[in-house]
Amino acid sequence: MPIIDIKNLSFSYAGAPRPSLNNINLEVEKGEFVIVTGPSGCGKTTLCRCLNGLVPNFYTGELTGEVSVCGLDIRRQPTSVLSRHVGFVFQSPENQLFSLTAERDVAFGPENLGLDREEIRKRVEWALKVTGTEVLRDRAPYELSGGQQQRVAIASVLAMEPEVMVLDEPTSFLDPKSSREILGVVAKLNRELGITVILVEHRLDLATRHSDRIVVLDKGVVALDGPPRNVYGKEAHLIGIGVPKVALLFHLLRQDGLQIEKIPVTVEEAEKELRRILTD
Amino acid sequence: MIAVESLRYVYPNANEVLRGIDLTIEDGDFVAIMGENGAGKTTLVKTFNGLLKPTDGRVLIDDVETKKTSVAALARSVGLVFQNPDHQLFCETVRDEVAYSLRNFGYPLDVIERRVRGILETLDLMPYIDSSPFMLSGGERKRVALASVLVSNPKHIVLDEPTIGQDYQQKDRLRNFIVQLNAQRKTVVVVTHDVEFVAECKPRVVLLSGGRITADGTAEEILTDGALVERASLLRPQISLLFSSVSGLPRDVIDVFSAKAIISNVVRGRK
Repeated sequence: MPIIDIKNLSFSYAGAPRPSLNNINLEVEKGEFVIVTGPSGCGKTTLCRCLNGLVPNFYTGELTGEVSVCGLDIRRQPTSVLSRHVGFVFQSPENQLFSLTAERDVAFGPENLGLDREEIRKRVEWALKVTGTEVLRDRAPYELSGGQQQRVAIASVLAMEPEVMVLDEPTSFLDPKSSREILGVVAKLNRELGITVILVEHRLDLATRHSDRIVVLDKGVVALDGPPRNVYGKEAHLIGIGVPKVALLFHLLRQDGLQIEKIPVTVEEAEKELRRILTD
Repeated sequence: MIAVESLRYVYPNANEVLRGIDLTIEDGDFVAIMGENGAGKTTLVKTFNGLLKPTDGRVLIDDVETKKTSVAALARSVGLVFQNPDHQLFCETVRDEVAYSLRNFGYPLDVIERRVRGILETLDLMPYIDSSPFMLSGGERKRVALASVLVSNPKHIVLDEPTIGQDYQQKDRLRNFIVQLNAQRKTVVVVTHDVEFVAECKPRVVLLSGGRITADGTAEEILTDGALVERASLLRPQISLLFSSVSGLPRDVIDVFSAKAIISNVVRGRK
């Protein structure tokens, strides 16, 4: 059974003139790393909010269709139950951290599950270790850099031991080097712990190498869905998504009549392909 | 002209964020200020409209020292768009938000309505004129914030991270719009981490690191210099990485369209 199963999902925010999501069908298997992208206002954030029940439990409106995550119907479960299964990392870590030390922030989730002291301690240690934030444990979140804050935010979600992690543009406010590091941490959680990852991103140049699948939303519908190479080989850039520059380059060269065997999705792949066409 | 002379800025908690900045930006310049998180980029641009006054040194806007004038007076010549639109938006509708500064400046109602519609049209926001800004997506709110500053037609425009949350088409629009503003001799200063956006726009690039300027040059010079880029926590544009790793190609190429033209020429020339 898919870990995320969405059937005929439509949603309109209360008072909105048109639906934000329009008949979405999507199945995600356990352990997948899925990038969700699409133009501004396409419904990416709304889709994420459905996955932990923020829509429709907190953001109200009209929802039709079915959303099941980890076997739970999001409409029948309170967000408090869903939060044990689905971890949510926001764009701005400032919105997520509030304690006086990083360690306390990471402990907050497990404490609220009512776990015993030893278990809380174990989970906090583990989450700090996996995200490389052990050295930051006694620091106040506001003293940390954006990249460090985002790592602590990920640790605080990880301590809940979620099966699914949803990240809504987690690197937007970070410099490119910190962005690369954060995406590396997320990829490690996916690869080594088998956590299913739903990553909302505009900047696909750094994220693509980690993912199996890209879902492109446009005006509330799924416009494209497939492995990155297939999606970038189509007219994805016309929908308004930031296809990695190397993929766009080879797409344009192909349109120009050059024989391109496969659209590269990373710089390394592009080097090989470029050497080939220059020496052919 | 924006002139920054020996600028130091120390926050009340004794955190010295700017440690001696000298920078001149001429009218009609297009400058990107880049650097790592915490480098002092946002602090620097907040001194341009007088929100922050220098601890030491001077900032002059069109020969007027910011310490000797008010933020309200500077607002007519320097428009600053914040990184986070939610720090800026507060009205009930997009129309009210965008009209706010013009109403304060006392423009006639018909002029206000015409200018509000004009800027909303340009930024692809007309469908939302009567919506609440808080109903909009992050990227749309960001454009409303931009519209609310541009509508009063300031001479110098400062955009803090304008591409965050914007998709490819919106970035393209933003790029064209900046080109138009430049053509009208407006100064455009952009604070950004978005290396690929800079690679496409090719502004003058000022690198800031640890509160000091570490480099100032063309986008091609700066973004192809691996050591400089690394120290500023940036990454080189993908096209630059690609062109420097394959022999026989020029090293100063940073954007897709130039890259495509060069490769096509090489391949065709061989046949």
